[in-house]
This record gives sequence, C-alpha cells and structure tokens, in this order.
Amino acid sequence: MSEPLRVLWLQSGGCGGCSMSLLNAESPDLYRTLSLTGVELLWHPSLSAAGGSDFIALLQRIVDGNQPLDVLCLEGAVMRGPNGSGRFHQLAGTGRPMMDWLRVLAQRAGHVLAIGSCAAFGGVTAGGDNPGEACGLQHDGERPGGLLGGDWHATDGLPVINVAGCPVHPGWVTDTLAQLAAGTLGAEQLDELNRPRSYTDHLVHHGCVRNEFYEFKASAEQPAQLGCLMEHLGCLGTQAHADCNRRPWNGEGSCIRGGYACINCTAPGFEEPGHPFSETPKFAGIPIGLPTDMPKAWFVALASLSKAATPERLRINARADHIVAKPGKGTKP
Amino acid sequence: MSKARTRRLLGPFNRVEGDLEVQVEVVDGKVSAAWVNSPLYRGFEQILTGKDPRDALVYTPRICGICSVAQSVAAARALAQAQGMTPMPNGQLAGNLILACENMADHLSHFYLFFMPDFAQPGYADRPWYQTTAARFAAQCGTASEQMLPARARWLHLTGILAGKWPHSLALQPGGTSRAIEAHEQLHLRVIVREMQDFLERVLFGDRLENVAAIDSVDALRDWTAKHTDTDFGRFLTLADALGLERLGRAVDRFMSYGAYPQASDDDPPLFAAGSWDGGATTLDTDAITEDISHSWLHAQREPRHPYQGTTLPDADAPDAYSWCKAPRYRGQVTEVGALARQLLDGHPLALDMVTRNGGNVCSRVTARMIELARMIPAMLDWIDRLQFGEPFCAQSDLPDEAQGMGLVEAARGGLGHWLRIKHGRILNYQIIAPTTWNFSPRDAQGTPGALEQALVGIPVEDSAADALAIQHVVRSFDPCMVCTVH
Repeated sequence: MSEPLRVLWLQSGGCGGCSMSLLNAESPDLYRTLSLTGVELLWHPSLSAAGGSDFIALLQRIVDGNQPLDVLCLEGAVMRGPNGSGRFHQLAGTGRPMMDWLRVLAQRAGHVLAIGSCAAFGGVTAGGDNPGEACGLQHDGERPGGLLGGDWHATDGLPVINVAGCPVHPGWVTDTLAQLAAGTLGAEQLDELNRPRSYTDHLVHHGCVRNEFYEFKASAEQPAQLGCLMEHLGCLGTQAHADCNRRPWNGEGSCIRGGYACINCTAPGFEEPGHPFSETPKFAGIPIGLPTDMPKAWFVALASLSKAATPERLRINARADHIVAKPGKGTKP
Repeated sequence: MSKARTRRLLGPFNRVEGDLEVQVEVVDGKVSAAWVNSPLYRGFEQILTGKDPRDALVYTPRICGICSVAQSVAAARALAQAQGMTPMPNGQLAGNLILACENMADHLSHFYLFFMPDFAQPGYADRPWYQTTAARFAAQCGTASEQMLPARARWLHLTGILAGKWPHSLALQPGGTSRAIEAHEQLHLRVIVREMQDFLERVLFGDRLENVAAIDSVDALRDWTAKHTDTDFGRFLTLADALGLERLGRAVDRFMSYGAYPQASDDDPPLFAAGSWDGGATTLDTDAITEDISHSWLHAQREPRHPYQGTTLPDADAPDAYSWCKAPRYRGQVTEVGALARQLLDGHPLALDMVTRNGGNVCSRVTARMIELARMIPAMLDWIDRLQFGEPFCAQSDLPDEAQGMGLVEAARGGLGHWLRIKHGRILNYQIIAPTTWNFSPRDAQGTPGALEQALVGIPVEDSAADALAIQHVVRSFDPCMVCTVH
C-alpha cells in the first residue's frame, strides 16, 4: 500500500464536539476506518500520547520542513481577538497566538481542512457581536477571507476544504479524508462554499421522515408533535445542504427525527438567523424562508392546495406526539 | 544552603478536551506552587446577552462537545424555573436517560482514551506491569480501543433514538423532551443498555455490576482487585497500588454535588443526593456560590459575586491575571466537584472510606467514576420501564417577559450551573459555572490557589522529564473539560 495520508489535527475556538462526533464512526470504528482508508493521525488532541514539549517539537519540525504534512485539520474558529492580537487563544506552552501557528502550518500542508462550521466560517463562536473576533480559515461568515484570505490555496492547489456542520457527521470527515488519501478529491468535488459535495449535494429534506406531513402542510405547533416542523417551528431542512436524513446520526437519528428543527448548521451565518431558532419567521402568515429553488408563487399555490387536501389522519397526527390515526382505508382515528 | 528555585511552563496538555497550560515552581525537585491557565476565551456569556431566552438551548450545548447534553439540561432547567414549569414525567425520564448516556460515555472516554494511555508512556517501561498495560492502553494502538470504540459508538444510539444525535441536540426542552418514543423503541433502548452492561461486566470489570457497586471499603476494593487483575479496572487498581496513586494529587477535600437524576415525581429524592462536604455532609446552599475574578483576564467586577449578579467581560491586560478562568468559591472556599463528590455526597461507603483515608486523589477520583458506571445501569433500565406510552413527553408554557432561573446539573466531571435573568423577554444576563471552572480555578482575592493548583504541590519533578508523568495523572484525574471551563 502507498504511504498513508499524514494528518495533523488542531483545535482552537470551538467546543471539541466535532472530534467527539468523529469518535461515533461505526462499522468499522474510527481507528479501523482511518487505517483501512490509508489515513494516519500524526497528532490529535484527544487521542495522541504525546503532549507538551514533544508536541511543540512536532509542530516545529513541520514548520521547518522536516516533517511532511499531508493534511492540516482545524477544529474550532480562528480567534483573532482581542483587537486582532490573537490573545483569546495562545497555544499553551508556546506563548504564541494559535492563529499565528495556523498561518505558518497551513503553508506546509498539502491540504487544509476546516472541520466544522466554526473552523469553516466562524460558526457559533462568531455569534452575537462576535466578542472573540472569530472567523473561519478562509471565510468570515459567507465572505471569502478569514485567516488565510479568499485567494489562498494549499500546496495541492485546493482552497481550504470546509467540512461544515455543527457538529460534523463522522462520515463527512472520514469520507473526505478517504477521498484525499485516494487522490480523488478535486476542485469539482467542492461546492461554492468549498464544502465537499459528497454530502452538500443533498438537502436535509431528502429522506425526511416527516415528508408526508410536509407534502400536505400538516404542521406541528409544539415540540414533540409529529407534524412538519417547517411552518411553525423553524425547520430549514428544505434549504440546508447536508444528507442528515439519508445518512443518519448515532444509529437512527437526525435533528428532525429527534423532534426538533434543522437549523441549517452547515451554512455560514447559521448561528445568527435573525429570529428565534425554533420559530418560523412569517410575512402575512407565509414562512419567509421557502425552498431556495422553487418559485414562491408556486409554493404558496401548491401549499394552499395541499392544505385543502390534507387527509384527516395527517391533520390529527401532526399535532399528536404519537400516531393516533393509523393509515389505511378510512381516516378515522 | 539556598534552595534551587525554578519555574517551568507545561503544556499543551492534550487529552483534556481543550487547551491547558500549567506553570509550576520547583524547589528542591518538588512542585512548590502551581498556576493553572485556561488559554482559550470565546465569550458565550456575551453572545447570549440580548437573545431570545429559548435560544440558549441552541447556543449553550455548543459550549462543549463532550458535556453538550449537560449544558442542554442546565439551560432547559434554568428556563423551566424561569417559566415556573415542571417537565412531563416521560420527559424527565427520557432526559435522565440522555444525560446518563452522555455521562457514561464520557467516563469511558476518560478512562480509555484520556487517562490510561499515560501509563503506557515509555517513562514506565521498567515497571513489572508495563508490558500488559502498554499493550492494552497505548494511545490509538492499544487493544482496548478495539472494544471500547465500537461499544461507545453503539451506546450513543440511545441518544440517537431519544434525542436525534450526540452531541448538540435540541431535544431537551424545559417541558421535557421533543421525541416521544414508540413501544418497540422501548425494547431497543433496553437492548442498548443491556449491551453496555455486557461490555462493563465482561471487559471493564470482569464481574457483575451489583458486585462492583457493593464494594464498600478500601479493604474490600483491595480484595476485589486481587481477584480481577486481568480486567481493565483491575489493571488500573493494580498499577494504582504499585504507584501509590492514592497518595497523589490530594486537593482540598471539600466537595460539592448538585445531586443527579431527578425522579419522575419531585417528592422523590434524586438518584444521587445533593450536598456539600467539609469533613461531613451538609445541605447545599446555592446562595453561597460566588465567582471571583481577581486573577482572571476579566474586568468590571471588584467583589466576588453570586452568578445572578456576575459579569463576564474580557480584559487581556487585567493586572495580576493569568487565566481566562474565574475562581468560583462555595462559602468562600475552594471546592472540588466530580464523580467522587457525587458518590461521596450520595453516601456510597467506598467513596466515604476513600475520602476518609486519603481524601480526593488520583485513585479515588478514577475509582468513583467506575463505581458510578456500575450503579447507573439498573437505574437506566428502571427509567426505561417507567416510560408511559401515549402519555406526553413535553409540556408547554409561555415565557415571561421578566424572570430568572437557575439550572443545576451534574455533568460527568461535576456540577454545572446556569444562571439566567430575563428582561423585556430577552436574556439580560446569563452566567455559567462549569465543573472544571471549580477544579481548575485560579487564585482568588485572598491568594488561595484552586483545587488543581493545590493538588500539584509537593509532586516530585524528575530533572530529566520536562513533563513529569505524575503531573499528567493528577491533571487528568479530574477529567478536565477546558472548553467548558472558560466558555
């Protein structure tokens, strides 16, 4: 087998949840998945033996060009504050802002991966008035730029690959690393935000278990109810780029299957929707955020038609937290 | 003869969930003082200000990827108190299950991924227990991960069913949970818990859970160890005995637990009792909690304050500061939190005997987590059995324009508190004290060092090894979560 893909994983302004999610990889487990796809972790903050001076020496070898680095993964946002100083995260033991380390290490890496929406765009760490001056590696929200600048390319020629999500699905990371190891990830495999199309060509809506409720606009009004979450409870599944309902989480789960709205966590700026997350903003009773590529007039027309045709069964079940009316002939509960 | 006095900067510490730096002063080959620095500041309390209070359910779990559910539960409880509502019994039970799932997954991650790999370091190569320990627990390549990783991933299916995903679920609501399960799923939940029981009994303990939970003294634990040397817990206890880990990392021996896992009725006591400990157990008084920022890179607060009145505003040039972490105190005193505190305040006889003999230390902190794992399974099976199909999982209530609420919960690594104040329907102030904020606090205005800072004093530091292994054990014995510590 050819040389493994050597990966350095660093964390900065985030919660570590993408690493925790990565450990949820199954069939096979994370370590088996990595080794079978030709990926070697040079260092990972939660998993590696070496710490302290051994780790700093590893970073220095990479900076000096004495240790080849195929992939640099950053989890968590780049902390630029306060006042651009980077002092909100100085890498322990080095007295040096993490953003400085990242700038230097990125130049040495064949590929650079932003793991999770914080590293990609700033994410939740950039919420509110962004007190930490957080940004992504190559994006500041949806604007290209961030730490490395919009025109930056890694030595392999690709921009920062934004494996966005909050957290990431383990499969999004292991698939992307496996593609890199196999040499099959080209620029055409990335979407307009440089996210891997392997999961962002899908919408969260695809495979949604509430699809029948959606079709007939039979909507839930409160948490735990079975109906569609789009009309009242803030669900953005018809707009969110991800395969969460085709590739379930933790066995059989997803946000929508868990009874709560998709908050479009793979998108830049998801952390500041401009309205309460669990409430659908409306204008004249019609949700403002409709499916992106559907003419609004058609949507409204079809919605009112399908609402008029809603089977009694769906109308009842949409506002129940368990199936009350069974499918079959007749719609009596 | 003058004493050789040097200072060393240690870090980054990995396998601590976040970034950590420790400075130690060494006199005559021993740590004479320590300063613990949490080097990352993100500003969640600032981010939350002015938001719709319900949005705390989205933001606060994202403080931490390993205590995500605990953060959700704390936020949901703070909101529930502000709304004056009680969760539906089904929601309470499901919430307990989701939280227990995270806490137990964290105990396993800590033991197998974060803590035990240090005993596979080459510094121990000459010890009689080294070969088997290294083969079993070496980071990434030890044989334990082949069993532990699939067991942990499978275990989190419980949360996949009950809460959609882990981490960062929105299923935990003030009125209960957003996922009412179906009858056949009760069976699935039972199977998942029984599978974990099987892993614990076969791999971790080599014994039935009730026998482990019934170990009632240090002497009984020693007898148990002698019969279970070829199990993972037995391997730890064997090397802990050889290294004298029960005499390593003693802090202040004052403990606190918020109490864990409320039962479906408020009249029943929680599964693990609340309380504080200072030589004996007393009732917990949350009004006695304050935070001091005299050594934190923060400003705008001169006196220690109760978190309802607290502020969190960064100042990287604050005088005397050396950490982004605040210094929480209970009755003005440094206090340790975690599984040992939880088991001690619940009156578990082994925890009591361990603390009576040698206080909080590396061995007792790890042992308490293992005891807790053994005690959780029967409770979880009981909660699953008590779910009532057809009954609601989530209650509804309007949010008042002006209110306040406190949400207390026990995360794997100790007590976590949220203090929320609402004005004009928006968050006026939101303050969070995480478990590791307690354990890894900096000095307070009196100059009293935090729990870890005190636990490190006296540790011999070999001249050859910059990062002495003993320091690693003490740091990780607290199961620190640095991203929670400063948020």
